[in-house]
Amino acid sequence: MPLLEVNNLEVCFGLRQGSVTALRDISFQLERGERLGIVGESGAGKSVLGFSIINLISRPGFINKGEVLFEGKNLAALKNKEMRTIRGNRIAMIFQDPMMTLNPVLTIGDQMVECLRAHRKISKQDARVISLQKLKQVYIPSPDTRLDQYPHELSGGMRQRIVIAIGLLLDPDLIIADEPTTALDVTIQAEIMELMVELCERNNVALILITHDLGVVSEVTQRTIVMYAGRVIEEGPTKEIINDAQHPYTQGLINALPQMALPGQRLNQIRGTMPGLNDLPSGCAFSPRCDYVLPACHEAIPALTKSGGCNVACHLVTEQNNLSEVNE
Amino acid sequence: MDALPQIKPSMMARFKDSHFWHSFKRDRVAQFCFGIFSLALLLAIFAPLIAPFDPYDSAQIDIMNSELPPSWEAEGDAQFWLGTDAQGRDLWSTILYGTRVSLTIGICAVMLQAFLGIIIGLAAGYIGGRVDSLLMRIADVQLSFSTMMVAIIVLAVFQAAFGTELYQQLAMVMLILVIGIAEWPQYARTIRASVLAEKEKEYVDAARVMGFGTARIMFRHILPNTLSPILVISTVQIANAIIAEASLSFLGLGMPVSQPSLGSLISSGFEYIFSGAWWITVIPGLVLVALVLVMNLLGDWLRDVLNPKLYKG
Repeated sequence: MPLLEVNNLEVCFGLRQGSVTALRDISFQLERGERLGIVGESGAGKSVLGFSIINLISRPGFINKGEVLFEGKNLAALKNKEMRTIRGNRIAMIFQDPMMTLNPVLTIGDQMVECLRAHRKISKQDARVISLQKLKQVYIPSPDTRLDQYPHELSGGMRQRIVIAIGLLLDPDLIIADEPTTALDVTIQAEIMELMVELCERNNVALILITHDLGVVSEVTQRTIVMYAGRVIEEGPTKEIINDAQHPYTQGLINALPQMALPGQRLNQIRGTMPGLNDLPSGCAFSPRCDYVLPACHEAIPALTKSGGCNVACHLVTEQNNLSEVNE
Repeated sequence: MDALPQIKPSMMARFKDSHFWHSFKRDRVAQFCFGIFSLALLLAIFAPLIAPFDPYDSAQIDIMNSELPPSWEAEGDAQFWLGTDAQGRDLWSTILYGTRVSLTIGICAVMLQAFLGIIIGLAAGYIGGRVDSLLMRIADVQLSFSTMMVAIIVLAVFQAAFGTELYQQLAMVMLILVIGIAEWPQYARTIRASVLAEKEKEYVDAARVMGFGTARIMFRHILPNTLSPILVISTVQIANAIIAEASLSFLGLGMPVSQPSLGSLISSGFEYIFSGAWWITVIPGLVLVALVLVMNLLGDWLRDVLNPKLYKG
């Protein structure tokens, strides 16, 4: 049984102008200890997906359809009280901005001890000892002094390490990291990502890495999901997606990496912007921006179909595959 | 297991390092106000030890000593530094006891306001939606009656219904209740406003993700972050409560003459002001003005320190 199984998840936001669907028909599986990347532009629904896994979408959002099976238990249907025993305890989440995720008026130690004692019946002393161990695991220098410091006394990289340590406190089975390094500079970013991979491997923790940085995804994850306008458009092993992207959107994303541009030339970009969720074009949502658009693209939404080692939702890819089959 | 570290910087050391202490050291007005306020507080707390007479003890009062002017005036008596009131009580002792009564009412009433206001404001701000609308409409209704009007009606009805004697026994409790209940919306609104700003911050999301319950997030995570507006509003509200009590006493609805607050002292002296006994009204009046002014100035200073980004005109 996979650790996490998401089946046909659909998330809506009830707005005054009517309901808007932020996620449509999302399905994927995650094994124990596996690292999965979720990539896409801003507004593609990556963070909403992260929050809906732990059933914490804030109003007016709600899970409309589908299920999120964590060890066979459907989290989407769980009562809030039961859900709270899973949040933080079995599934931890790490956010983008370490400046903001720590409570400014509580010391690091207080926050860690509180988190431990909310889920386990242990004494303050024991909780402090565990906190200290976890701080050592994330290589924080002089961890015992840090416990009594406030977040503002620490640097950004240090704070993100502490946030990771808090995520690891209760030995979760799954960590959802929502752009964990976006707010940090590049050198610290590499250190933090390396640390996360090391910790996940050592503790056999699964990781869902939500990011828009394909570079990070290629270094960290084993499998990747590319999202566009609330749908999965390509899914497969990270290596294949990076080296041999099939969906024109994924190709565009990879071409847009700064290292792909030739010296002295402008950086590549995908023209246009992602459509708003309330005025999606008919057919494929990417069709207005696609260079290889076919007549079919304006008519039907492409289904996720197997192509090579990946699953791709694109009429062009399907057609090419059909052609090559015929040729054979 | 690792040995536990025991290096914890002491509270005092942290405090001495803080922005709060530094700006206090530089601000003369704040120091002066804090000095006066602590002096008043100390005098009020130790009134029974400091006061030469006990104004509540009728055995010590001699009607023959009534309306004596302060000792520096020609007809003054050296025994009574600030003179005596119409009943022959030593004015200095009575003011000490009166300050005690006024401060007690002010502080307790504000504690009641804060208690109600914090719970209601937090709930309204954090839970939001219908709860928010309902609680804030109740606050609006409460605010649309002026404090004075509510107090006058409640106190007058109580006096009429249960008689003056019972009223005199319960005057202090009644004043605390009335002023406390009439002013909670001030707190509730201030706190709701800062909760609305705080709850959008990521640490609240992080707390929810850790699986904490609503009450824990509200009281342990959000409340400490809204403490600075609470502190500022508290100083101003204590001053307001003292004024409200004084006004009620002046109207004859506050503390009885046998246990005078500053307000009832002022009011009792008012009848004699035209016969030349100005001190019974003026001296407690000055004490009241000084007390309220000092607290308002402290509140202003506190607001500037806690909100460094605030525009100072």
